Amino acid sequence: MNLFDIVGPIMVGPSSSHTAGAVKIGYVARKLLAEPIRKAEILLYGSFLLTGKGHGTHLALVAGLLGMKPDDTRIPHSLELAEQQGIAISFGEADLREAHPNSVLLVLTGIDGRELRVVAESIGGSRINIASIDDLSANFSGDYPTLIVHNQDQPGHIAEVTSMLAHKSVNIAEMRLYRASRGGNAVMVIECDQEVPKESIAWLRHLEGVHKVTYYSLEEE
Amino acid sequence: MGFHKLQEIADWVQQKNLPFWKVVMQDDRQERNVSEEESFGMMRSMYQAMREADQSYSPELRSASGMAGGDGARLEQFRRQENRLIGDFLTEVMEKAVKMAESNACMKRIVAAPTAGSCGVIPAVLLTYEKQKEAGEDRMTEALFVAAGIGEVIAASASISGAEGGCQAEIGSASAMAAGAVTYLEGGNTEEILHAAALALKNMLGLTCDPVAGLVEVPCIKRNVSGAVNAVVSSQMALAGIRSVIPPDEVIDSMRRIGKLLPGCLRETSQDGLAATPTAQKIGKQLSEK
Repeated sequence: MNLFDIVGPIMVGPSSSHTAGAVKIGYVARKLLAEPIRKAEILLYGSFLLTGKGHGTHLALVAGLLGMKPDDTRIPHSLELAEQQGIAISFGEADLREAHPNSVLLVLTGIDGRELRVVAESIGGSRINIASIDDLSANFSGDYPTLIVHNQDQPGHIAEVTSMLAHKSVNIAEMRLYRASRGGNAVMVIECDQEVPKESIAWLRHLEGVHKVTYYSLEEE
Repeated sequence: MGFHKLQEIADWVQQKNLPFWKVVMQDDRQERNVSEEESFGMMRSMYQAMREADQSYSPELRSASGMAGGDGARLEQFRRQENRLIGDFLTEVMEKAVKMAESNACMKRIVAAPTAGSCGVIPAVLLTYEKQKEAGEDRMTEALFVAAGIGEVIAASASISGAEGGCQAEIGSASAMAAGAVTYLEGGNTEEILHAAALALKNMLGLTCDPVAGLVEVPCIKRNVSGAVNAVVSSQMALAGIRSVIPPDEVIDSMRRIGKLLPGCLRETSQDGLAATPTAQKIGKQLSEK
């Protein structure tokens, strides 16, 4: 928190968690998909589902998916804008067990067929947590450039990724590891102090045993 | 963030011989590693956004639920009436508080201060002051730093979230922040600023967060009015020489403890209080069938 979390942010109302946080979730998910969105299924959970409509949560999520920030005055018109851009939007209920009360599951398809499943939570103020990507834990805030690598759980992958980052002078702020099973699917989530170069991300994608590389950049589109 | 106690700010003011607002700004500069111009400019842009939000109020606005809208225009009408009990200053404070909170409920752009639900309190007091006392924008920006400093301490040592501490943490914090800011504008010293904040917060202790249908509308919008008026009144008490018997930092700590003692059903879950009344239940049912 800094002083401008106390006086600020400038945002479209009515709720920092249900509106501003929801815009941020959509915005981060759009960047994670890394290609223009063709189709978005928005599956709401908990308080997002129960009180979302009155808070404009559905409009806010779509606004974020369209690349808007929480202070964008077009947020209330996001559904019309999505339709104009030919993006298919649908809403439903998410079957998430014991998730954070303000959660949403976004199922996104890009114009080149890339798919992404993101579960995100609005955790208070306008702060968010990206809880999972493609059903594997992630847990990052979107405050830092973040690299998410899905790989086979076998020796050497962490060394490959971290030595690449060292080579590119990227400092690791926080790093978390998860795996579904021994030798099965694993994931590393690395929040960085600097941006990871595009070519390095492309290089990672070609490594054997690396299934998917997702990257959240703070740079404007 | 640096400050966990109001007394720490007061000590810095004395040791460095700097005005209250500047101590808060120096802390921001250090925290975010920015220049004086950047820090002051950012706070000025917050103030300007508050002014724009006030000016873009429209009497036709209605929230998606239909519960909010139009009361700002009623108060504007009332302000033009001659047989009012209260003076021009407080009447305009009331009007601006409702307008901002209604704009928020109707998805207009506002400045969370400290939260979206309490966004009407500080601008209602400051914008009215700027207009009626013809204070310059620099001075209003300084006052906003004073408010932010008080809010920073409350956030660090208690809470500014309704889900954590109830409404006292949102409207109560906003009211304390506004009380300190307007005391500064009126030439109050550090002690008067802090006691104005303490008196304002004391008057709001125990307030629950029980919004109808879970929306930031009822009772939130009108509570922005009471928070703003309470800020002005508390500031006047402090400037009259009245002091809070309980020191400001101890008042903040009470707010934290009371927040922890509030049951979950009264902390933004809409399970009890006003939200559980027959009328609120009926409204909730109608909205879910919409």
